[in-house]
Amino acid sequence: MSSTVPTRWTDAEMHKRVRRRYASERRFRALGFGAVSISVLFLAFLLYSMGAKGLGGFVQHQAALPIDFAKSSLFLDPTTLRGPDAAQTIAGADLETAISQAATAAYGPDATEMFGDAAVNVLTRKIVADPNILNGTPTLWLPVSSKVDVAAKHDADAKSEHLVNLLKSRNALRAGFNMEFLTQSDSTDPSAAGVWGALKGTFLTILVTIGLAFPVGVLAAVYLEEFAPRNRWTDAIEVSINNLAAVPSIIFGLLGLAVFLNVMNLPRSAPLVGGLTLALMTMPVIVIAGRNAIKTVPPSIRDAALGVGASKMQVVFHHVLPLALPGILTGTIIGMARALGETAPLLMIGMRAFIAAPPTGIAAPATVLPVQIFLWSDEVDRGFVEKTSAAIIVLLLFMLLMNGLAIYLRNRFERRW
Amino acid sequence: MDMKEKSPMTPTTTVPQPELPPESTELHAPRIDVSAEAKIEEEQVLDPNREPKMRADGVDVFYGDKQALKGVSIKIYEDLVTAFIGPSGCGKSTFLRCLNRMNDTIPTARVTGKITLDNEDISSSAMDVVQLRARVGMVFQKPNPFPKSIFENVAYGPRIHGLSSSKADLANIVEKSLRRAGLWDEVKDRLEESGTALSGGQQQRLCIARAIAVDPEVILMDEPCSALDPIATAKIEELIHELRGRYSIAIVTHNMQQAARVSQRTAFFHLGELVEYGKTSEIFTNPRQQRTQDYITGRYG
Repeated sequence: MSSTVPTRWTDAEMHKRVRRRYASERRFRALGFGAVSISVLFLAFLLYSMGAKGLGGFVQHQAALPIDFAKSSLFLDPTTLRGPDAAQTIAGADLETAISQAATAAYGPDATEMFGDAAVNVLTRKIVADPNILNGTPTLWLPVSSKVDVAAKHDADAKSEHLVNLLKSRNALRAGFNMEFLTQSDSTDPSAAGVWGALKGTFLTILVTIGLAFPVGVLAAVYLEEFAPRNRWTDAIEVSINNLAAVPSIIFGLLGLAVFLNVMNLPRSAPLVGGLTLALMTMPVIVIAGRNAIKTVPPSIRDAALGVGASKMQVVFHHVLPLALPGILTGTIIGMARALGETAPLLMIGMRAFIAAPPTGIAAPATVLPVQIFLWSDEVDRGFVEKTSAAIIVLLLFMLLMNGLAIYLRNRFERRW
Repeated sequence: MDMKEKSPMTPTTTVPQPELPPESTELHAPRIDVSAEAKIEEEQVLDPNREPKMRADGVDVFYGDKQALKGVSIKIYEDLVTAFIGPSGCGKSTFLRCLNRMNDTIPTARVTGKITLDNEDISSSAMDVVQLRARVGMVFQKPNPFPKSIFENVAYGPRIHGLSSSKADLANIVEKSLRRAGLWDEVKDRLEESGTALSGGQQQRLCIARAIAVDPEVILMDEPCSALDPIATAKIEELIHELRGRYSIAIVTHNMQQAARVSQRTAFFHLGELVEYGKTSEIFTNPRQQRTQDYITGRYG
């Protein structure tokens, strides 16, 4: 057999073999390039569909509405509206009917449902800011109902389209940035719905998660890696932690439900419980990343510190941890990003409730962005479609912000040797 | 020695001879020579009643089931440099690491026998391992400065042991240590720079400065020059000469010329046993054991 194998580099057979080698390399590179291209394509598609659908959610149409407060059925005295209770007094009055009547008077019978909850909210704030408008017949720009808003942006039913054309012909329709979306909380009326409550809930939940999972995870990693004896027990713990990191998140939701709500009787739907549940889920990830980061600290640094008489504790806290910190932070980012996007475990502990006000603390009822997105995606009203996409954009931006912060921190702590 | 250090890649042959200090040419001599100075010093320490600084008695070391050292007994004297030589895997580094209990950090390692420092058992409960390592400092094979500033590298030991009373005092200790390590003139203007930015030889001298900053009684050196080029090696060897009067020094080396140049006592290890221990001049000129003879003449190792 050996006689048939060419051994001279100048043989034609040898050239062929070399060419085959290069060809296989080219094939492999093409495959790799293809794989990267496919991922880039999917990412581009995701961003495009998100942008195309979601950016509309940040735009809200407003219509000019002349209101004759004297003729309206409102019984509000401007002089009683000075003080902190003003908003409550106005809420008692039937602004909705007043707006509806004014709209019918201005734009005909089709306009009874031209304005929704958002217009009521805006009008309330305007009256609180300046009660004297109640004395005149001002023309106010108010956000239109979601039906009219959808009609103004896309196609809708004939009645709404007709109304939009009428408004446009009278120059009474304008589009503006939807501040309401960023400052308001959930609502049954899509024109008044916003992400502020969910954003605040997410922030509080993540705060609880990071405050618990990071120190506990890092301490566990340090103990297991540096202090724990190597025996059957630590082996069992290591295996358990690795398995825990792979447990489906909804199981952690069930655990949170059983332990935090049923046994410990903590408040339902609260960021505290959500944060605790997500911390359980994130901790194994931080422990694993932390142990790996600690393992990569060169033993020569430990020897050096021990050699000048540092105690075990000093070696760990003066040398090992600072050097392992960038790696630990990377693991924490991955864990936090996962926790930030988690929906399933939070549904189990009641964070899917309809909550129309931003949470006042970690024990107050709240929802989080992913759950809010999930809830809105279930809504029938067409106005919620672009709200859903817009909320996804907000969630992605929130994630980018958090990751950016983490990368900044990591680079700051990075030290070379 | 104020000449610039060459990078480790620089071959020795390209070093212009005039740049070398007079004794350096001697250091690179291929033949094994014991300097006359060392002989005179040896006469001074011949006093048979002299107490050894450290004494090992029947030390065995096991890594798991494998025995790495077999009944090593040795005395290390003050003001002398003791060299441990032998082929790779003979246990010389293992023994060195016993002297400040660095083997404690290896979970599978087990040390039996008795080692004393000033007649105190170093493995007794009365001897704190942290204090032991402050009294018996160590310099490692690969230069391993902390990824901190040059100042912090040297200040770390005094700081954790609380050896300085004030900031000025600490700065004093740092300067003194760097001067003794022969590094002060090279780094005095850049103490805030990272210790890892220095050249290999400078890093090793920084490690020596770090070790002497805690004012140890014994300094252990584990092949301190094996990662350095010949010029940096020469500087370290010269430094060992200068430090000898102040500290007891034990050095592990692969390089027999180096052992002959820097030490007054030499121990030859082979397969975990201490084969021969005696005056360096006698070990290299008139070994009593056949195995020593074979090793120093290059028949194996």
